[in-house]
Amino acid sequence: MSKWMKHIAAALVVGAITWSLADAPCVMAQDAPAEAVAAVVEAAPEAAPEDAGPSVELFTVNNTWMMVAAALVFFMNLGFACVETGLTRSKNTVNILFKNALVPCLGILTYALCGFNLMYPGFDYDAGANGWFGFAQWGITTDAAGVTSAYNVGYTYWTDFLFQAMFAATAVTIVSGAVAERIKLSSFMIFAFLYGAFIYPIAGSWKWGNGWLNNLETPFYDFAGSTLVHSVGGWAALAGVIILGPRLGKYVDGKIRPILGHSMPLATIGVFILWLGWFGFNGGSVLSADPALVSLTLVTTSLSAAAGGVAAGMVSWIILKKPDLSMALNGILAGLVGITAGADQMGSLDATIIGAIAGVIVFFSVLLFDKIKIDDPVGAISVHLVCGIWGTLAVGILGAKAGGAQLVSQATGVIAYGVFCFIAALVIFLVLKMVMGLRVSAEEETEGLDIGEHGQEAYPDFSPATKG
Amino acid sequence: MALKKIEAVIKPFKLEEVKEALTEIGIEGLTVSEVKGFGRQKGHTEIYRGSEYTVDFLPKVKIEVVLADTLIEKAVATIVKAAKTGKIGDGKIFIIPVEDAIRIRTEEKGEKAV
Repeated sequence: MSKWMKHIAAALVVGAITWSLADAPCVMAQDAPAEAVAAVVEAAPEAAPEDAGPSVELFTVNNTWMMVAAALVFFMNLGFACVETGLTRSKNTVNILFKNALVPCLGILTYALCGFNLMYPGFDYDAGANGWFGFAQWGITTDAAGVTSAYNVGYTYWTDFLFQAMFAATAVTIVSGAVAERIKLSSFMIFAFLYGAFIYPIAGSWKWGNGWLNNLETPFYDFAGSTLVHSVGGWAALAGVIILGPRLGKYVDGKIRPILGHSMPLATIGVFILWLGWFGFNGGSVLSADPALVSLTLVTTSLSAAAGGVAAGMVSWIILKKPDLSMALNGILAGLVGITAGADQMGSLDATIIGAIAGVIVFFSVLLFDKIKIDDPVGAISVHLVCGIWGTLAVGILGAKAGGAQLVSQATGVIAYGVFCFIAALVIFLVLKMVMGLRVSAEEETEGLDIGEHGQEAYPDFSPATKG
Repeated sequence: MALKKIEAVIKPFKLEEVKEALTEIGIEGLTVSEVKGFGRQKGHTEIYRGSEYTVDFLPKVKIEVVLADTLIEKAVATIVKAAKTGKIGDGKIFIIPVEDAIRIRTEEKGEKAV
């Protein structure tokens, strides 16, 4: 797409809201990316003359930022817990929180057991590696070099593991919101284990593990995981919802009967926690503390989130006559997911356009999925799958990598992940359904999964405790 | 000496005014509950994530006061005056005979207990 067409599209989508940004040059993203780390290395020549690596100070700064980023991504688990709890009914709160507590626990353990080494198997193409599947070893261990800049200029082996483990946990957590309020806890936990331990890391190795998608003539690009994390989670969410069916009472006599979330404040808190966490998700994906790239990434991330929130809020206001808070919240998340694939490749205007389009997409996507009876209580499929696809394709349309060949590679990646992840999730869910059942009984669903699955209540007090 | 109970279902935002007015005429205690219901006002429609739904039961506040029946007329008039907006949905007042009343702390009975 030529430059002037981009600007016309931009004017149509974001209009006056972003007028002040339109004049800002979009040069940083175009110039910066691949050479940035190398530039950082060159900037500290005197400290380590023999191997030309970064100085100890620079390595420490890099590694510290990466650990902070890992902590921020970890914090996203609380964001997901709040969003999912807020947008569902109070009778299922213990169940949602249990899933959100246990998924990251399982995710980190399985990533240590095998995930990390499935995702980064060190494909040795000279030794005949195929780039589709590799496995280095069970468990995580390293040698003395693993904790120095000899491992990587940006981080130690341990930081690498932790940062990536947090991503693995995130991907599986996406599923839990979509299948909420009706899936059997035991079946979900087995699914979470299998998907997190095997499917996510194998799929991830295709790109981030230097697999086949990273070795296309024009390599597939996914900076922080619009596809590798969000779509991978989103495809599983879609498969789960299709096999489970809608919640009881959601579609009656061909009509949509909305099932209200029980705490909009909680959902809002969750979205802001996720936005904060995204600074680590995208900012850490620079894989060093490179000043130019990290700061650019945080700006593109925030611009896209903001544009997504404004777009979804405005579209809901126009179409539904009233501004819908849950849609605006979904819009913010849509913008975040959308920018994730190219957060380091976009200028400020590109990022704003990507976010605004994501915000519009997520609104119509939520309505569409409801219309075809795909019951997703929190909008996870629209946010993570649909906007993950949009963000991935956007790398071929906007920003430094835009071009026909790149767009073809992006589409190739989207399709490859879609086929593999959707089928894998479908098979796991179907087998679970046959072997142990996937859905709670209608009686339990009506009474609530808190009592049915856990024998506990989230809000047990008859009335608030008072003084006197 | 007979006791009667006033049950008044009113608009929630009128609670404070009604309480003040009742206190002014010397009424020393009342019980309040959050309730839901509908009368001729019926419900209204709301929208959630693009789908409309009907809210049949609107939130109201129910006030219960037990009084000697000589005070009832004045109390009712006070509630009506304070709770009225003139628009549909202002609520209703019911008056019910009460068998007896007991103050738990002192075990006083009847009018002394209210």
